[in-house]
Amino acid sequence: MSKRIDVKDLNVYYGNFLAVEDVNINIQAKSVTAFIGPSGCGKSTFLRTLNRMHEVLPGARVEGEVLLDGDNLYGPGVDPVTVRTQVGMVFQRPNPFPTMSIRDNVLAGVKLNNKKISKGAADALVEKSLVGANLWNEVKDRLDKPGSGLSGGQQQRLCIARAIAVEPQVILMDEPCSALDPISTLAVEDLINELKDQYTVVIVTHNMQQAARVSDKTAFFNIAGTGKPGKLIEFADTTSIFNNPSQKATEDYVSGRFG
Amino acid sequence: MTTNSLTTSHGAGRAGDKVFSGAAMAAGCLILAVLFGVALFLVVQAIPALTAPAADIQGGHGFFAYIAPIVVGTLIAAVIALVIATPVAIGVALFISHYAPRRLAAGLGYVVDLLAAIPSVVYGAWGAAFLAKEISPAYDWLATYLGWIPIFEGPASATGKTILTAGIVLSVMVLPIITSLSREIFLQTPKLHEEAALALGATRWEMIKMAVLPFGRPGIISAIMLGLGRALGETMAVALVLSSGVLTASLIQSGNQTIAAEIALNFPEASGLKVNTLIAAGLVLFVITLGVNMIARWIITRHKEFSGAN
Repeated sequence: MSKRIDVKDLNVYYGNFLAVEDVNINIQAKSVTAFIGPSGCGKSTFLRTLNRMHEVLPGARVEGEVLLDGDNLYGPGVDPVTVRTQVGMVFQRPNPFPTMSIRDNVLAGVKLNNKKISKGAADALVEKSLVGANLWNEVKDRLDKPGSGLSGGQQQRLCIARAIAVEPQVILMDEPCSALDPISTLAVEDLINELKDQYTVVIVTHNMQQAARVSDKTAFFNIAGTGKPGKLIEFADTTSIFNNPSQKATEDYVSGRFG
Repeated sequence: MTTNSLTTSHGAGRAGDKVFSGAAMAAGCLILAVLFGVALFLVVQAIPALTAPAADIQGGHGFFAYIAPIVVGTLIAAVIALVIATPVAIGVALFISHYAPRRLAAGLGYVVDLLAAIPSVVYGAWGAAFLAKEISPAYDWLATYLGWIPIFEGPASATGKTILTAGIVLSVMVLPIITSLSREIFLQTPKLHEEAALALGATRWEMIKMAVLPFGRPGIISAIMLGLGRALGETMAVALVLSSGVLTASLIQSGNQTIAAEIALNFPEASGLKVNTLIAAGLVLFVITLGVNMIARWIITRHKEFSGAN
């Protein structure tokens, strides 16, 4: 499990507006890659192109290639539904399904496409996914209670459990800790460190310390100004991005001189 | 002497507060008073009919024997209307909120709302003069091939003025109510939950089953209950369409009657105890509607924990 991602000459549009321009990036399997940059620079937009969630918005489209171990996500005949089972996603705000129990939330993705699963296998999968998301001990006695009754940090880990239950190749995280308190953030960061043993993890974050703590490689995105497209400025090992960036813009950003 | 500087307040702001809370409270009380007044009127006027000797009531077998068939007729007409209208309305609402291109959705929503603007007497005229005639061959077919089911027992009414036709007309009338409420509910589904489903690899329909319908469930129930209220109380359309008669199991023969139509057709010429009987029938309708709404509330609160409101 876990595949690499290679992006070639990707342009991302909202209607006629070019939001992200000409991205080329190679993301290693079983690593954590962080996207950093000022608000509106297109890092979340770009992240959403990696599992074809971008096109959910009306008028949104892309040009270019995203290769998952060599297979183009945007090739002819590719079903976005299939793509999303391979590339899971965790969102900015925890979004467990409020009408489902904790158990059903974990199984939500597994039960899709009319797949049948025996009760024993389902129980095992629920435990494995919740253990994988460091949540098992906190919820094992109330699996039938609604997921919305958990704290924010627990909800976010439930969402991660839900994402890993379908055994994706890649997990995308869009600012997963921005709505969480520091303790919950720490729990999620620890989890990200464990996830990279099995999955390719890509995380968007506004928190540079977080990028420095959790990622192996960091990509810095920037925009020239309002209405201009976002661009990938620099992509390198996290240590060199934070200690020895090759671009002036990166250095200004990570040293806090702007943004 | 020391004075507490916090005791002074902005007089104008406080006055506005008081006026508003008073007005809101008065409006709330007015509703209760009107409801109570109507209920009181119904009860007081109904008592003579409820206590009169059985032989004096129309039909000669007491109030219960008089009201029971038309209560059943009312329920049959309302159930037919909901069985037809609910799936169509939810389908149309989903199409408008999640499938149709934006421009088509706006146009379609407008057209559905227009259905609600047609007066009920127009629906009645349409049902009696057009639909009944056009649909009677279908009733013949039902009587011939499905006649062994009691509700389709022949011979079918030659005019088509049956309880089924009335139910169909009612379904068109309640359709816009259920559709527009459901549509509003579906549009309010949090994007967050829709995206959660899609990101797990759900197809559009699976996303709707996972995120939209569970979220909208209490709203859909409320919408259906509002539709049911309209179907139970609708008078003109039923009075014009239905060729009424005694309670019959077959939906495609003439016969049956609803409470509202019974009152409307008989009230103008009624006098004495007959008036009290009709008002008592109105009281029964009032109680049925109240009961339906209470059941709806109960269904909605039963799943509160999982409602998404917390």
